Amino acid sequence: MNVPTDLRYAKTHEWIRSEGDTITVGITDHAQAELTDIVYAEPPKVGAEVKAGATAAVVESVKAASDIYSPLSGNVTEVNAELASNPALLNTDPFGQGWIYRMKASDVAEIDSLLTPEAYSAQIGQ
Amino acid sequence: MSDPVTLKHTPLEACHLASGARMVEFGGWLMPVQYTGIMDEHRAVRSSSGMFDISHMGEVLVEGAGALEWLEQLLTNRVGKLALSRGQYTMMLNEKGGVIDDLIIYRTGEAAYFLVINGACRDLDLEWMRSRLPSDGSVILRDLGDDYAAIALQGPDSEKILRSLYPSCEVPKRNGIAPLVASDGSIPSLVARTGYTGEDGFELFVPVAQGNGEALWQNLLAAGVKPCGLGARDTLRLEMGYPLNGSDLSPDRTPLEAGLGKFASLDDAAKGDFSGRKALETQRSKGLPSLLTPLKLTVTGPPLRSHYPVISEGHSVGETCSGALSPSLGEGIAMAYLPPSLATPGTGLEIEVRERRYAATVVALPFYSK
Repeated sequence: MNVPTDLRYAKTHEWIRSEGDTITVGITDHAQAELTDIVYAEPPKVGAEVKAGATAAVVESVKAASDIYSPLSGNVTEVNAELASNPALLNTDPFGQGWIYRMKASDVAEIDSLLTPEAYSAQIGQ
Repeated sequence: MSDPVTLKHTPLEACHLASGARMVEFGGWLMPVQYTGIMDEHRAVRSSSGMFDISHMGEVLVEGAGALEWLEQLLTNRVGKLALSRGQYTMMLNEKGGVIDDLIIYRTGEAAYFLVINGACRDLDLEWMRSRLPSDGSVILRDLGDDYAAIALQGPDSEKILRSLYPSCEVPKRNGIAPLVASDGSIPSLVARTGYTGEDGFELFVPVAQGNGEALWQNLLAAGVKPCGLGARDTLRLEMGYPLNGSDLSPDRTPLEAGLGKFASLDDAAKGDFSGRKALETQRSKGLPSLLTPLKLTVTGPPLRSHYPVISEGHSVGETCSGALSPSLGEGIAMAYLPPSLATPGTGLEIEVRERRYAATVVALPFYSK
């Protein structure tokens, strides 16, 4: 499974990419492989307040709906509108075009509590 | 998931793992939910062929001079209509008219019947049947559930594949049953032209001994048949509107409420009394409290699932019992028990998913047809 080295990870299989206090959030390659055929994505609303560890989005495969937890606290600034028409991007490009939302982090220090690529790789057993 | 120690294991488990299956608990069994993906498996069955392990289902042989009369009292459909080597869909009801199980009964001999019952209901069904057996020995019931491995071969290419693997097999007609190979023991190999997908196909029953089931699986795999899991089995059956016991059928709902009245021979003078008959007659004369109703989303929305509220004019009028994103249609489909006044095709409703309401309409079954 791909675990890019420039990202940080939540135990619940989300990743973040940080550029200053703007954070992009998505799900990992491991997560998309576990979920299989993703057929629906429900990102948060722009402006919504999200809390670290709380449900921010839902993705659904044919078989099951899965909550996506926000890795950090803050406010949603942008959502990936492409996912509405092409939710399979979450499967095919989870770290790129399959991003779910962008947010302004209210406390960038929370990033330190997220897993490093090495720690996340260890968690998923590779 | 229940304690893995208590889960029952299919004789084909090693085959599933070798084919990359993801295994899940289903009705007390550890079963494959998917291999390559539900969409992929679903399409294979609609376009060519797929196979499902159905070894979790129960097989019961009922024979004896009193078998026919006893089965008429046990089941809703008239067993006496069955010619030799024919099968029918039927149900076993409690005294309230509620569904204990839905099943297929095949007549395999002059006074011999082969019943295929749901995996999750095997113990309950057998308990119910045994408790009603006559004491005079005129009906002999044999539970063969652990003696068979069973595989459903489904899809438009099924007949071609069956003929290539069993050139001398007498291929049964739709709803018929025949020996798969010449029997050399007390557990005959059988092939029935039935299924749960809406496609042509067969259900193959082979004695579990000597690895027959694994050999059959391997032969089908070598013939190019795609392994399919419970996930695709569920989307395929729901597209046809076939009910799933435990989701769409329950001991608290009658066949009339489930829209399965044609499988209960209430107006057939030759049928006589059967368990649940009085309750069905009462319900028919008084009117149905609810009707299992097919619904389709009319807007883009999330895949439908069970237990989503169904809304009419702002009020909750029921909840979905089965639901899916139909892989063939690309639309959300569901079944829900609703007041009969709302069950007419074209009736506009809403389905609530995570506190958002999506427009839906009542449709006619099947959801999908070619």
